[in-house]
Amino acid sequence: MQKAVLTGERFTQGDIAAAEGALAAGCRFFAGYPITPATEIAERMAYRLPRIGGRYIQMEDEIASCTAVVGASYAGVKSMTATSGPGVSLMNETIGLAVMTETPMVLVNVMRGGPSTGQPTEASQSDIMQAKWGSHGDYEIIALIPSSVQEMFDLTIQAFNLSERFRVPAFVLADEIIGHMRERLVIPPEDEIEIVNRKKPTVPPEEYLPFKAEEDLVPPMATFGEGYHFYATGLTHDERGYPVMDEEAQLALVPRLCDKIRKNADKITRAENTETEDAEILLVAYGGEARTALRAVKDARANGIKIGLFRPISVWPFPKEQLKEAAANAQHVVVAELNYGQLVGEVERVIRNEVPVHLIPRVCGTPHTPDELMKEIRRRIN
Amino acid sequence: MDRLVVISGIGCTGRASGYFAADSYHTTHGRAIAFASGVKVANPDLKPVVISGDGDLFAIGGNHFIHAARRNVDMLVLCVNNFNYGMTGGQMGPTTPDSAITVTSPDGNIEHPFNLVSVAAASGAVFVARWTALHARRLTKSIEKALQKKGFKFIEVISPCPTLYDRYNRYGSGLDVMKKYREISVIRNFTDPMKAEIDYRTRIVCGEFVDTEKPEFTDLLAQQSDRLQKR
Amino acid sequence: MARTEIRLGGLGGQGVIKSAVIIGEAASIHDGKEAVQTASYGPESRGSACKAEVIISDAPIDYPLVLTPHVMVALSNDAFHKYKEDLSKEAIVIIDSDLVKAGKIKAGVRLYQVPAATTAHQVLKNPLVTNVVMLGAFTAISKAVTPEAMRKAIANAFPKYKELNLRAFDEGMQLGHKAMEQSTTKK
Repeated sequence: MQKAVLTGERFTQGDIAAAEGALAAGCRFFAGYPITPATEIAERMAYRLPRIGGRYIQMEDEIASCTAVVGASYAGVKSMTATSGPGVSLMNETIGLAVMTETPMVLVNVMRGGPSTGQPTEASQSDIMQAKWGSHGDYEIIALIPSSVQEMFDLTIQAFNLSERFRVPAFVLADEIIGHMRERLVIPPEDEIEIVNRKKPTVPPEEYLPFKAEEDLVPPMATFGEGYHFYATGLTHDERGYPVMDEEAQLALVPRLCDKIRKNADKITRAENTETEDAEILLVAYGGEARTALRAVKDARANGIKIGLFRPISVWPFPKEQLKEAAANAQHVVVAELNYGQLVGEVERVIRNEVPVHLIPRVCGTPHTPDELMKEIRRRIN
Repeated sequence: MDRLVVISGIGCTGRASGYFAADSYHTTHGRAIAFASGVKVANPDLKPVVISGDGDLFAIGGNHFIHAARRNVDMLVLCVNNFNYGMTGGQMGPTTPDSAITVTSPDGNIEHPFNLVSVAAASGAVFVARWTALHARRLTKSIEKALQKKGFKFIEVISPCPTLYDRYNRYGSGLDVMKKYREISVIRNFTDPMKAEIDYRTRIVCGEFVDTEKPEFTDLLAQQSDRLQKR
Repeated sequence: MARTEIRLGGLGGQGVIKSAVIIGEAASIHDGKEAVQTASYGPESRGSACKAEVIISDAPIDYPLVLTPHVMVALSNDAFHKYKEDLSKEAIVIIDSDLVKAGKIKAGVRLYQVPAATTAHQVLKNPLVTNVVMLGAFTAISKAVTPEAMRKAIANAFPKYKELNLRAFDEGMQLGHKAMEQSTTKK
């Protein structure tokens, strides 16, 4: 029998690392639909899951894939799907349902160029806002952005842990660069991997209220077949889970769905600083583009320019406090992203006109080269 | 009862899942079958039963229906067919008969309706039956039978919509419609589903049309997985 | 050696990406260096020009794409002409002389010609190992990876045809040494 956790070193692709991260996190169900550049994740899961006693199902479309994942999670199994922007567009209906019924699940979006069919084989970071606002209504979600093959593995595990902890769908927002490139992946021994599982009810079935939150705003989750005989619905519901169409029910539910993420943001947000302590120019970049940015910062530092890199690892929730701290001495904040300006809006909300915030967008399917990026930074600052 | 999971979509029948003292889930419009597939594949000990309407299962959810039937995923799908979208005020849908009046076909429906039992049989369902709301006893028997069987099972239940569809088309009260069912329905077990007529005015062929055996999807998955794990 | 950028070009189906993965694995797993491998994922998978690239470094690799290749291996005419423009000043170019007609190339570039296809066909009796012969020549000429690391990566890549591919690699190493003896720097 194959092992679920393939401890050791291997030279492998980001997409494969995401699949292995999911398995290491305890994922035993995958439903998906083929789409470039995320198909390798489905292929890996189709090969691996049956060999470790898990289940893979290829559904008829992305709507079905995402819905099957919600069903599987309610059946008590850690579940995932993987897709790209066009697939997420279809999944957004169900992502709303998953938010409303507080379903732990992970979605990997290996972003490609859009709108519509766009550039299937090229790199992009243009689904940043889609991840946050894709479904209708007020809600919060979790999205992590990897910058390396190793992070594809690590952040997929963290996405599962956060998703289970807060009963909310969690995205791994990769770009095609990270999804398709190969690097060394180190998979630690199984007992060194931290795993978080959803809270289970501690009361007998007759006392169980499926949507009664505890102090952390997260309700314990029973699953089908355990004898709790509970009901869940996409309609506005009360603590019993039954539809209630009045003002109080909506007021008790929607703010809690948002606040369980907002008020726990300190436990979810993460970011990385490079040379930010004395930085007069703060560069903000994430995912594949952060690799360009890192090199640009090193080159510029060698030329005596006081520049630093702030890399959000969680984009949703956005690491506001960490950004404020990193930008403490900055006279300019520069956001480089592989889209026509998305996360820059969040950065502006944090910086609030205190110093200029510049955008360096790129929508052509490849990241900036370090020289190109440096040239763009100089142009904006002078 | 602990193994039963009742799943519904959106519509007049969508609320059905809330009436069971069992694990139950009310999905978005059209997605009950996809949800049930996830439940069944993730935990094959569970017994999903999908209860929903004709618009939910065969318009917005039509793709999920044919593919779950094709895979032969173990679940029972009960379709309450009232020939229109009732919850939203009586619009035409995939089963609305030829020339019928609805609020979105005010001059008569010109679309060709699905014959649901034929769609189910052609898609690969292992059990297919049709009853009207009048046939409560026979319907119950078919449900019992279907629940004992493994695979994708489909039962259509012809149901009145006295407040909308039946009113627009001047079929009278709910009781009048039930009387009409008694008058025009005939029981013809094992009729070719393609030929199982359904004409609201003249003839409704009821009965159990398909009862066959085929390897079930989650059994096949388990067999394959067991074999691969021994390697 | 701070950062070595390697480009492999050929036709889809010639094992270009697989060759790049083998180099990457040899460097990062068996030589203990850092390596990143990328490829252009065009819609074409068989028969048109494609490339795969590897960066090898002693330090962690930030920018993961190749800018000015130090080494290029070409397995087809199209690929040779399409991908030679941005080579670094003293780049090493290794071509399969059976498949590529060396055209004009930048001054300073060192060109090595290796009869890989003929060797695969006549000596190894299997044209499918042409790319592995080229990997042998690449290892001997570029010294970007150690032969030991490459042998381990090749054995992992072809578990069923290990012997054949290791022989192909050894033949390629010899051809590489021979090509170095014959080589001239283009003025």
